[in-house]
Amino acid sequence: MSANGEKIVRVAGGQGFWGDWLEAPRRQVEGGPVDYLMLDYLAEVTMSILQKQKERDPAMGYARDFVGAMESVLAAVADRGVKVIANAGGVNPEACAAAVLAMAAQKGAAGKLRIGVVTGDNLLPRIDELLAAGHELRNMDTGEPLSVVRDRVIAANAYIGSTPIVEALGKGANVVVTGRSTDTALTMAPLRYEFGWGADDWNKLAAGIIAGHIIECGAQCSGGNCMHEWRTIENLADVGYPIVEGKSDGTFVITKHPNTGGRVSVPTVTEQLVYEMGDPHSYITPDVVADFTSIQLAPDGKDRVRVFGIQGRPATDKLKVSIAYRAGYKAVGTLVYAWPDAMEKAQLADRVLRERLDRLGLKFEKVLSEFVGANATHGPLAGPDAGRDAPEIQYRIGVRGPDKKAVERFSREIVPLVLNGPPSVTGFAGGRPKTEEIVAYWPALVDKTVVTTKVEVIS
Amino acid sequence: MNVSLLDIAHARSGDKGDTANVGLIALKPEWYAVLAKYVTRDVVAKHFTGVITGGVERFELPNLKALNFLLHGSLDGGGTLSLKTDAQGKVFSTALLRLFIQVPDAEAAAIGLPATTVTRS
Repeated sequence: MSANGEKIVRVAGGQGFWGDWLEAPRRQVEGGPVDYLMLDYLAEVTMSILQKQKERDPAMGYARDFVGAMESVLAAVADRGVKVIANAGGVNPEACAAAVLAMAAQKGAAGKLRIGVVTGDNLLPRIDELLAAGHELRNMDTGEPLSVVRDRVIAANAYIGSTPIVEALGKGANVVVTGRSTDTALTMAPLRYEFGWGADDWNKLAAGIIAGHIIECGAQCSGGNCMHEWRTIENLADVGYPIVEGKSDGTFVITKHPNTGGRVSVPTVTEQLVYEMGDPHSYITPDVVADFTSIQLAPDGKDRVRVFGIQGRPATDKLKVSIAYRAGYKAVGTLVYAWPDAMEKAQLADRVLRERLDRLGLKFEKVLSEFVGANATHGPLAGPDAGRDAPEIQYRIGVRGPDKKAVERFSREIVPLVLNGPPSVTGFAGGRPKTEEIVAYWPALVDKTVVTTKVEVIS
Repeated sequence: MNVSLLDIAHARSGDKGDTANVGLIALKPEWYAVLAKYVTRDVVAKHFTGVITGGVERFELPNLKALNFLLHGSLDGGGTLSLKTDAQGKVFSTALLRLFIQVPDAEAAAIGLPATTVTRS
């Protein structure tokens, strides 16, 4: 509640991806009042990694960091009523919930968790049925039908929206674990549930989605990775993760806990709003199409930005599907050349190595050379003199292709350059680079009617 | 007058598949009009010649004093396929800020645009 009795719901962002700061969830529930803790674990390729883990062990296939995160916030959830919403379930939400309950039982708090498990996003067992029924699952980028890579598909999950999360909260869950929910639904769902927004309350749903977009990358809206006046952003070591203070009318404030580092300002929030943006008029989600050109931002005191004016339109009749398929192999190796003439030596090494690969007759789909310290990040934009007189240059070469043996052979050709290539070279301590299987991403659309979600609350 | 984007804008970039997006944000609200007028789709496409293999799309967000650019074919296939150091397009932001634009002196003076202090061009 605010001072004038108006209901405020606080949703705190605690993880921006699987691998984010382990301290953040606990700091979010201990640093000040919050009602919900939102944890986003899934990037585009995460589902395929989890699918591989589940193939090796049927009890795996979820974001294991989540169990540790739940342990770090257990007291707040069990005793203070903070609720947690996470897409940590990956391809195995049931196993994820079971692991959290087992952890809670060890801590004597099992009776205090009611975990809502959302399933139904996994389409892998139904791929052939869908293709047979005429759903082509064409690649949204290339237009190719899925049949082209069907035999190499290892995961297929529909992006699901806020409705099953709202349902789980309505059934009394204080922890909600989903599979491939959209990142933004994890924030919008608790706002929709608390304020009773209708499924066709387009402007409010769009506001909840945009609140989610702002906090879904953790501190990236509160001073992290922020270019604007970056030297003056204080105390990043203690950076505060973002909090949405939502109101029933769909307006909200982005802020962070007091006495934390970082910054919440119109520029820090704007940088996050444009992150991974497509057509700003149509940010399409399962729940609503949000219009980013309607967003208004205004400063609202220290480390507070008010967000209002947001408009939305009816959702489409499709869901996006994240499909992962095996797409060959790759390896990337590096060597470091020292001054003087580091760039020239690294370029000579590249010519020598490529000539040897040619003589071996190795065929690759792609060979890419980069010179870190000169042109790896900006390419030719760095100018013709990039790297001249550099103290050192890292030579980085990668290959990819369908032939695993060719990629493995490539990986044995790099280290020999230390003794039989250009001089003053070091930085080879890692030895031969690892050959990795590539699991690539295939975005597609499917009719909403073919996906049915299920919600179960377990304790 | 030669104006460096680095002096009048900030930016953030990200990826969707093999496309990088760059959001370009005016450092002062009154400078947005200059970005909108001079940082056109063609200017950006020319700037990234040899860096991207596909086309450029451009969107205006006057409410955020920002432009959004989609740079297609910029990430060597993107995601896990890419062999690039910047496979996720995270630093296309500063690559765009290398751009210089020519603004008539009177127009630049009226809104207090800084002349570039950067020597390269």
